[in-house]
Amino acid sequence: MNGPLLKNTESAGSGGRWSQPPGTSRVPEGFDRAKAAKVGLRVFLMVVTSLFLLFLLAFIARSQMADWQPLTDPLAPLASARQLWLNTILLVLGSISLQWARLAARRGALSGARLGFTLGGVFAIAFIGGQLWVWKQFVDWGYFVSANPANSFFYLLTGVHGLHLLGGLVAWGRVGARFLRRVALSQLASSVELCAIYWHYLLGLWIVLFFLLTSTPETYQAIAAFCGLR
Amino acid sequence: MAYVEHAETEVLHEPKSFFTRYIWSQDHKVIAIQYSLTAISVGLVALVLSGLMRIQIGFPGSLEFMDASTYYQAMTMHGMIMVIYLLTALFLGGFGNYLIPLMVGARDMVFPYVNMLSFWFYLLSVLVLLSSFFVPGGPTGAGWTLYPPQSITQGTPGTEWGIVLMLVSLAIFIVAATMGGLNYVTTVLQARTRGMTLFRMPLSVWGIFMASILALLAFPALFVSAVMMLFDKLLGTSFFMPAVISMGQQLAHQGGSPILFQHLFWFFGHPEVYIVALPAFGLVSDLISTHARKNIFGYRMMVWAIIAIGVLSFVVWAHHMYVSGMNPYFGFFFAATTLIIAVPTALKVYNWVLTLWHGDIHLTVPMLFALAFIVTFLVGGLTGLFLGNVIVDIPLSDTYFVVAHFHMVMGVAPILVIFGAIYHWFPKITGRLMNDTLGKLHFWITFLGTYCIYFPMHYLGLLGMPRRYYAWQNYDFIPQSAQQLNAFITVVALTVGVCQLLFLFNLAWSVFKGKPAGPNPWGAASLEWQTPDTPPVHGNWGPELPVVHRWAYDYSVPGIEQDFVPQTVSAQELEQMRQRCAEARAASERP
Repeated sequence: MNGPLLKNTESAGSGGRWSQPPGTSRVPEGFDRAKAAKVGLRVFLMVVTSLFLLFLLAFIARSQMADWQPLTDPLAPLASARQLWLNTILLVLGSISLQWARLAARRGALSGARLGFTLGGVFAIAFIGGQLWVWKQFVDWGYFVSANPANSFFYLLTGVHGLHLLGGLVAWGRVGARFLRRVALSQLASSVELCAIYWHYLLGLWIVLFFLLTSTPETYQAIAAFCGLR
Repeated sequence: MAYVEHAETEVLHEPKSFFTRYIWSQDHKVIAIQYSLTAISVGLVALVLSGLMRIQIGFPGSLEFMDASTYYQAMTMHGMIMVIYLLTALFLGGFGNYLIPLMVGARDMVFPYVNMLSFWFYLLSVLVLLSSFFVPGGPTGAGWTLYPPQSITQGTPGTEWGIVLMLVSLAIFIVAATMGGLNYVTTVLQARTRGMTLFRMPLSVWGIFMASILALLAFPALFVSAVMMLFDKLLGTSFFMPAVISMGQQLAHQGGSPILFQHLFWFFGHPEVYIVALPAFGLVSDLISTHARKNIFGYRMMVWAIIAIGVLSFVVWAHHMYVSGMNPYFGFFFAATTLIIAVPTALKVYNWVLTLWHGDIHLTVPMLFALAFIVTFLVGGLTGLFLGNVIVDIPLSDTYFVVAHFHMVMGVAPILVIFGAIYHWFPKITGRLMNDTLGKLHFWITFLGTYCIYFPMHYLGLLGMPRRYYAWQNYDFIPQSAQQLNAFITVVALTVGVCQLLFLFNLAWSVFKGKPAGPNPWGAASLEWQTPDTPPVHGNWGPELPVVHRWAYDYSVPGIEQDFVPQTVSAQELEQMRQRCAEARAASERP
């Protein structure tokens, strides 16, 4: 036997799935669609994380320039974050609804899944409406996008987050259409689960954004110092 | 989120008409060819632009339309197209799409519909980019790095529409690359056939896989900078724009940070180098092993080197910014990481050379390109060590030394791999071989030509010749002989440029008239050469998926008839092959 040449050949190596005898039950295309979709979504969320991390680093770096006028000043629109708290609650409710739908779908409870799924989307739409309301307040107060970098970032970050939620709503709409076509719940469960994961992720992301957007300049300073940006 | 829809729809979308088969196709092989042809076409535009620039440099004033603005526009578009729209698209969208499912034993990508969208978004981004040639003011001339404030301030060509179209096109490209990358990563993770463990994947797949991860994580940085710059340009924000007096007027911007843009840009820009280089590393490993009839030396080391390079590539970005001004400790840090990344890279070079050592080297066209890659990459990499050191970089920064360095290391070297890989996989894609004589002619002109172009540029750089200048009259420190050298470089560059027509002709001619290749003309062991049909049909594998029993590098195996063992051959089958061979030999030795 030629040792080095045949390295890696005869043993299955780590995770050698082929050691099962051939002909065991496997889907014809060779992989599990639902699982692949979940992995795909997770990879996508990794991309979104990278995107927002970079936006936030830019945010922190820019906040250290002299012309930054904090939105949390007593006379600025975010002095009271009541509206944003309300929106946050809407998004939390959306996430809870979808989680409920996910669990119901897993159990095979159609009515629960349908209700939770519908509510999840409705709360998300309400959240976007609430965010637009905040934008309108900003405009009414004269806090336009180019007036100050703090404003620019507020519009940019909430806007990009909202767009991601809108993308989620497109997927939600497509799954919803299949609910209406009375596709069997067992076939919808994995889609509902993907929606729920995405909703949870966007909720977590929003909480980070919410915290940063309503923080004081001292917090930014501390973060900037921690990141070596000062 | 389109994959939600895909969770249980019909699996393989058997194409029914010409339209769904070749245009609106969800088959990874068709998408790969669409990606490749688009990339090559747009690359030809960039090649012509470089020729025009070279004529201006070598023979100043001989092109009537070439003024300083046109020169900057040609330079910007050349750089951006080559790096993003040609190299990235061709390696990931072209080779990634074609090879990943075939090499891991899948029927297609995991999300074929998203894969198709990826191509159409890519095509859209290319069209948006090219449309900037036809808008008032023309394309942007900001340099491929698009540094603000100059990129969006009056005085730079293309600030009317060119820069907007460039940024929009980049954003669309990033969406396309993300959709593609999701597919490549998920397919490798989820759709490998039975027996195809991660450490049995050919290095091509490893290189493309890691590059896709880098692309997924790094492109957002470009996206962020593009979006924020669009805000600055269109909405008057001041993310990157400081207070500027332009044309005697105080602009409305204030307080923005151009350095912030540079950090974001290079946080994308440096991994981008490896997004291009890692697939090239992977593909060339397979070419070398196959055509030297020898297993790749240190397979696991090669994989870990790919991973290490991928990780390290995220912590070296500021070595592009030594002259931008930063904390001296940062310079120290980034110089150190830059030199550290040379370690896994050098490992790979040693392993390629050790693979060749005592190999049964077949000087086929793909092998010639692979060997040329090793030396070119070595030269380009070594000058990288110079430039990675702050004190050496500062005097050499923005000179032709840098131009020579990056063209060698991430221009010529990956392109050589692309050529080699096309000559190598063309028989699988079309069932025909490319013409050998034309291929060798193309190789020698390209290889020797690129050396004649870029080697002298190092000297020009050491003379202090600055890059990105439209003309060098009245610069006393540049001797007259530099002009003669420039004229020489131009003549060679045009020759090499024209010589690519040989390649294109060979490509087109061989599709119809090439010698029939059979299923496995190179005697390669990896999975894509074991398909039941050549070219592989829709679904790739017939009724049963292949089962993998070994790695992809069993070459020159003694005691059997052919000198390689395909990945699909099991231990028992190998034993039978041995016995048959031994019996045949015994029979022939009998008097």
